[in-house]
Amino acid sequence: MSASGSPVAGRDGLAVLDAEEIRRALTRIAHEILERTHGGDEVILLGIPTRGVPLARRMAARIGEFEGLEVPCGSLDVTMHRDDLRLRPARALGRTDLPVGGVDGQTVVLVDDVLYSGRTVRAALDALTDLGRPRAVQLAVLVDRGHRELPIRADYVGKNLPTSQREVVHVLLAEVDGVDAVVIGEGRPS
Amino acid sequence: MKRHLISAADLSRGDALLILDTAEELASLADRPIKKLPTLRGRTVVNLFFEDSTRTRISFEAAAKRLSADVINFSAKGSSVAKGESLKDTALTLEAMGADAVVIRHSASGAAHRLAGWVRGSVVNAGDGTHEHPTQALLDAFTIRRRLKGTSTRGSGLDDLRVTIVGDVLHSRVARSNVLLLSTLGAEVTLAAPPTLLPFAVNTWPCAVSYDLDNELPKSDVVMMLRVQQERMTAAYFPSVREYSRRYGLDAARMARLPEHAIVMHPGPMNRGVEIAADVADSPRSTIVEQVANGVTTRMAVLYLLLGGTEFPAVAQ
Repeated sequence: MSASGSPVAGRDGLAVLDAEEIRRALTRIAHEILERTHGGDEVILLGIPTRGVPLARRMAARIGEFEGLEVPCGSLDVTMHRDDLRLRPARALGRTDLPVGGVDGQTVVLVDDVLYSGRTVRAALDALTDLGRPRAVQLAVLVDRGHRELPIRADYVGKNLPTSQREVVHVLLAEVDGVDAVVIGEGRPS
Repeated sequence: MKRHLISAADLSRGDALLILDTAEELASLADRPIKKLPTLRGRTVVNLFFEDSTRTRISFEAAAKRLSADVINFSAKGSSVAKGESLKDTALTLEAMGADAVVIRHSASGAAHRLAGWVRGSVVNAGDGTHEHPTQALLDAFTIRRRLKGTSTRGSGLDDLRVTIVGDVLHSRVARSNVLLLSTLGAEVTLAAPPTLLPFAVNTWPCAVSYDLDNELPKSDVVMMLRVQQERMTAAYFPSVREYSRRYGLDAARMARLPEHAIVMHPGPMNRGVEIAADVADSPRSTIVEQVANGVTTRMAVLYLLLGGTEFPAVAQ
């Protein structure tokens, strides 16, 4: 759950992962997915907008390189299922794109950039229930920053990043932000 | 977005695009096994209909139910209004029952605006007299964008499209809302109607006016036919229905004059044989059935954007 605004890197921004490290982390996660799903058969990667979607695509591309296997890839918008809708003005919806064939009987790997309170993932699980009945659901995140508020954990983690709740973690991706980096900054005092 | 949706003029280009983009995402819901979202659970939407309507009321009802809101339908017939209750008293009763949104259709222009001053929830104008019908304009804009610009159109308007609105503009709330919204979205709008069916001060509207339909057809991307509203006509606006139909009705011969990609729209209900010929209404270029389906989606987007976020601070207008 990173803030969507683009941060000013360098002000109090401290890069914790650079482009190379992100690439290595995604490569490792791709291998882990193949290992844990016994070759990646009947696996679907679903990215959570905004930045989960390009991450899912990159992982699918990696898996394609390693095994010559085309893993279906899509996106799952969770806005309508969030529990904090009434705390902010109504927000624009992201895109939900399911691979042809749907999620029934598949192993769905949800992909997001940052795992924080776990509320986004809870919303994603609810959204998924309305779309069909996957055989299993797993979770892959680039950064796990702790401070869970729900009993949720990730199956694949790019980097565990101990943070204080006052800090903000921004994941920047070339597809969205023009550059690959994970940046940590002081949050606004709340 | 403002708290109410009373007029298409209240919508900036950004607001209108947000509604259309939201509707675009919600459209995929229709293909899913479970056509329901939990977003408005526990919210109450009142459909307050003082005028007969089937498609608009059912459309709003379906939209609210797909978002899990509770719906209370109120129609003036057989209610306390028949006993002489005023709009204000009806509004205060609904208020006491805790309506989060009131969808109102009324035969008096300005009814929705008055209501907005009396209730705490959001007011959505579903047609007030001959004034406005903003959700119809939104669903028309959505239909035009999908048909002529494709489905991956997030953030794009209707720039460079020519829309001709034909017929009884004088009594049409659909025409007024469409002129305002479509011009906000960048389309070039032309009204084609007999002089007697054009409203006073139409020259101040953001559109062109023509008395000759045949002249406009070859350059139109969209032709929107309006219903001849005989129930609102208190004077003789044209010599005979037959003559009207000859000069302003869309038949197969006129449709053939349209560019190949052009579409034919009608807000419904149609008078087949008057403003639109049956074979035109049933042709593949007609979007009439699509407009109904898009109506539910667009109204879901409106209800979500009005009710889905924080409650607006209660300010008296």
